[in-house]
This record gives sequence, C-alpha cells and structure tokens, in this order.
Amino acid sequence: MPLTLPDVHAIAHLARLELDAEESHALLQQLNEFFAIVERMSTVDTAGIEPLYTPLSAVRDVRLRLREDVVTEKDRREENLRNAPAVDAGLFLVPKVIE
Amino acid sequence: MGVAETGRVLASGEVSSVELSKHLLARLHRHAELGALLACDEEETLRQAAAADARRHAGDKGPLLGLPIAHKDIFVTRALPTTAGSKMLEGYRSPFDATVVERLAAAGAVTLGKLNCDEFAMGSGSENSAFRPVLNPWDRSRVPGGSSGGSAAAVAARLVPAATGTDTGGSIRQPASFTGITGIKPTYGVCSRYGMVAFASSLDQAGPLARSAEDCALLLGAMGGFDARDATSAERPPEDYARALRAPRAGAAPGRPLGGLRIGLPKEFFPAALGSDVANAVRGALAELERLGAALVDVNLPRTELSIPVYYIIAPAEASSNLSRFDGVRYGHRAARYDDLLDMYKKSRSEGFGAEVKRRIMIGTYVLSHGYYDAYYLQAQKLRRMIADDFQACFRTCDLIAGPVAPSVAWKLGAQSEDPVASYLADIFTLPASLAGLPGMSVPAGFGEGDLPVGLQLIADYFQEATLLHAAHALQQATDWHLRTPSGC
Repeated sequence: MPLTLPDVHAIAHLARLELDAEESHALLQQLNEFFAIVERMSTVDTAGIEPLYTPLSAVRDVRLRLREDVVTEKDRREENLRNAPAVDAGLFLVPKVIE
Repeated sequence: MGVAETGRVLASGEVSSVELSKHLLARLHRHAELGALLACDEEETLRQAAAADARRHAGDKGPLLGLPIAHKDIFVTRALPTTAGSKMLEGYRSPFDATVVERLAAAGAVTLGKLNCDEFAMGSGSENSAFRPVLNPWDRSRVPGGSSGGSAAAVAARLVPAATGTDTGGSIRQPASFTGITGIKPTYGVCSRYGMVAFASSLDQAGPLARSAEDCALLLGAMGGFDARDATSAERPPEDYARALRAPRAGAAPGRPLGGLRIGLPKEFFPAALGSDVANAVRGALAELERLGAALVDVNLPRTELSIPVYYIIAPAEASSNLSRFDGVRYGHRAARYDDLLDMYKKSRSEGFGAEVKRRIMIGTYVLSHGYYDAYYLQAQKLRRMIADDFQACFRTCDLIAGPVAPSVAWKLGAQSEDPVASYLADIFTLPASLAGLPGMSVPAGFGEGDLPVGLQLIADYFQEATLLHAAHALQQATDWHLRTPSGC
C-alpha cells in the first residue's frame, strides 16, 4: 500500500525533521518509488535464515568484545564544549524543558 | 609521483618533505576549480613535513615517512576542521584524530588537507556535498563518482600521491573507477572506524585511493590493524601487503605470475543492459589476466539485483540511527529561532541536512518503525546472509571474483538529480561485496565512452587483501592503463 502525505508527516516527526510542502510532496513520490523497488524483497522465502547483523558473522562466531569498566579517555571538557552552539559554566545549554 | 616513488625520492634526499608539500599545496590551490579540497592549513602541513624531515635526519626510515597525502573529510582531525561534506558540521573541530589519521601520521605521512565528498558519504557523484560539487578531471562536465569523489579527483589529477576514502556501498571503488585510479575497500574490520563520521556502521570501511596497487598496499599496511576503540575491529596481526605483492604465487611460472589463480565471473555482473563500452574494457582486462596465467571460471551471484533494496534498507536504517546524534546541542548546527526543545531539534536538523541525507533518514526511520521492522529491516538482514552465503559458494571454485565496478562511465553533472532513487540502481555491482563485508578493489581497465576511465572490480574472500593486491599489481606490471593521466593537470 503506497504511503500517503500524512504518513510522510508522521515519519518526519519521528525523524525530528520539519519538511515544507514542496519537500513533503517530493519525498512522498520518491519514497513510494523506492518502496516499489523494495517490494521485490518480500517475494524471497527467508524462513529459517538467520539475519546477518554484522558481516563477519557470515563465516565465524563474532562475539561482542567487552573492556574493563575503567576511565580510558582524557578529560577534554574544554575541547568538547568548544563545538557546542550554547554553553554556560561548563555545561551544554538547551531550551527550557520543565516549566 | 605515486607513493612508492615519492618514498624513494624522499629517501634519496633529492627532495625534502617540506619542499614536496609546498609544491603539492600550490598544485591543490592551482586546481581549486576541481572542488576537491575543502580545508587546508599550510603552516600545519609544513610543520608536519618539517617533523618528518627531522625524523629522517635522525635515522628514521619507512615507506611513508614524509609522504604528503590528504584525507576524505569524513575522518576527524584535530588540526583541520571536519565537515563530512555537511552544513551540519560546518566549522566543527574534533578534539581527537581518527585512528586511520593517527596511524598514517605515526608512519610519517603529512596531511595536505581535507577532501570533498557527498554529505555524510551518501551519494555516488559527490554532488551531494553541501559546499560544492567535485569535477571529474577527465571531463569537467562530469562527476568524479562518490562518495569519495574529492579523494578520487585529487589523486587522478595528480594533486596528491594518494588519499584516504571510505566505502559503505562502493564509495571508494566507484570513484576510483570513474577517475582511472586504484582503490581498495578492505574486509569489514580491517581499518578502524574510530573517528570516521558514521554513516552505516555495519558497512562503513576505510581504504586508500592511489595510482597503483603497490601504492594501495603501502598505505593499507599503515591504515589497517586491530584497534580496541572500534568494537568491530578485527583482532588480527598487522599484515605487510607490500611484501605480499612481490612474493611469487605457488602456481606462478615465468611470464605467468598469476598461474593457478582462479577468477570467477558471475554472469549477473555481465547483464544484457551493461554498457558495451564498459563490458569491452572489462573483458580486455580479463583477457590480460588470463594471459598472465589466471583461469577464468563461471560462477553465480543470483541475488545481485536484490542487493539494491537490501542495501537501501540497511544503510538508511543505520544512518537514521547514527544521525540522530545531530541534535544541535553538543555540536553541529543549531537553528537561530525555535519555540521549544522539540522545535529546536526539528529546525536545526532540517536546516543542517541536505536533501539526500533527509531522504535516507526518512527511509531509515520508516523501516525501523513499529509494525514495519520485520517486513523491511529483518527481511533485509536475512537476505544479507543469503548474499554473503552466495559469495562463500563462489569461493569454493574460485580465488577472486571479477566484473565491472559500475554499469557506465562517469555521468554528466546534474544527470542524476532529477530522479535520485533511480541513481541507487547504478550501485548494483558494488553493493553485494559491501553487504557481505568482503574486500573489493577497482583497478583501471582502459577507457569507454567519451574516453572516460573504466574500472575492473576484483573481490576476494575475507581478509584476502594480499591476493587482491597481488593480482592487481601483476596486471599493472603488464599494462599501462593506470599510468594514463587526464590532460590539463
């Protein structure tokens, strides 16, 4: 079933994007064109196939590597704050969240 | 001069790294119209070059000592800004260097600058850069390929001996093919992803773009190797690819350096719709490989076409997740005006991201959303295993797989902008190896329509980079396609 304009608006909200009318219409058409290509996937029987989330697990056991729970990073507070749009007293600033 | 030759010249003392770096910076500026360079800092480059010269005086050696290179602007660098080709990261200064950058610097390489690319590496033409498109040095009305288009154009125009790139669905191999240079995407896990601006984490791999297989071998040896800071880094001892290049094969005989090598040709890589110019060039290179002793065998990759929807589900899904970090709080663009926190997120992201990035975030968000996950994302991951298994079946009867990199030569600037979704179809030959995580190369194989370069794709089994590079090197010892240069550079 093709996507509709309200679907596009709902997805944009989930993606935290704001689309103008022109963008929404273009995306509606492009997404439907895209999902027409994707439909081919559903014709393949994949019963009993394990999903391949990380490529090397196609040929070997891939185990998640854990490290000791210790501090490995240097303190780079100043450098990390340097790229923020708004900071104050060593903290990142966001608009007021709680009234 | 390529990497190997530059190394010899620097070792001979004929020229210093400082002199060479000055010369190449001037060339980069003289060819600014190509749009390859996004950022440079002459003072910093010359400081690094002087340090390399000092190391040499102190008795230090190494094939990359003092070698000037440039990095795709997807690798974060302390000394230069990193944008990932996006307005979102304009002016961003990383507090650390990517592992690949750090390792090349440790080997003595000098950074000339940062190179243009498609925004967040999403694209096949480098036209999705938020700053400007990159031009193909062979024909400036055409794209250099993408997403590592700045890297490819700079190497092809001989502005840099070599450059780094990244490949998620073909972003090293396809621009290498479009610009007549050599590029390798190693096995997933060979090069650390630490400090690479993330696009699709289960697919992203770094690799070199250079003028020859020998140059790629020298760079990959320094770039790769285990890194504890990347959770998916392969725990393997470092490899000397340059040495493997010169080691004779078990089945080699005089004049037949590739004796005993079986090269599989998947019939799905030679469809009726393949441009005859590309098919002829690729067949010419295959004939050359046969002359060098390789045996050509027929194999099948029956799910080649399916790799397009599978990739364009998985990569956007991972991208939508990775790019959720751009919230206008810790780094990146923040809108000037907004009502509240939610509005700030939406406006900042909508202003900061370009059209292709938004398209992929939308696709990814949708396929991961409640009720659609199984039909799209899970089904794609299952098909991904079937595609990887198909390759394993091939490698029971062959050592390498060969075919074209792309269905055509480089297209005209703007030609794909009308129908962005249709342009995904042109990635058909590079996506299968990406999904399987296999190493793949593009090697110059002559010229097609409009005298534009055509690349031969070679794919090997996991961690068989040495076999790939060895075969490509043997081909380049016997042919001169990789030595051709565009006029006017």
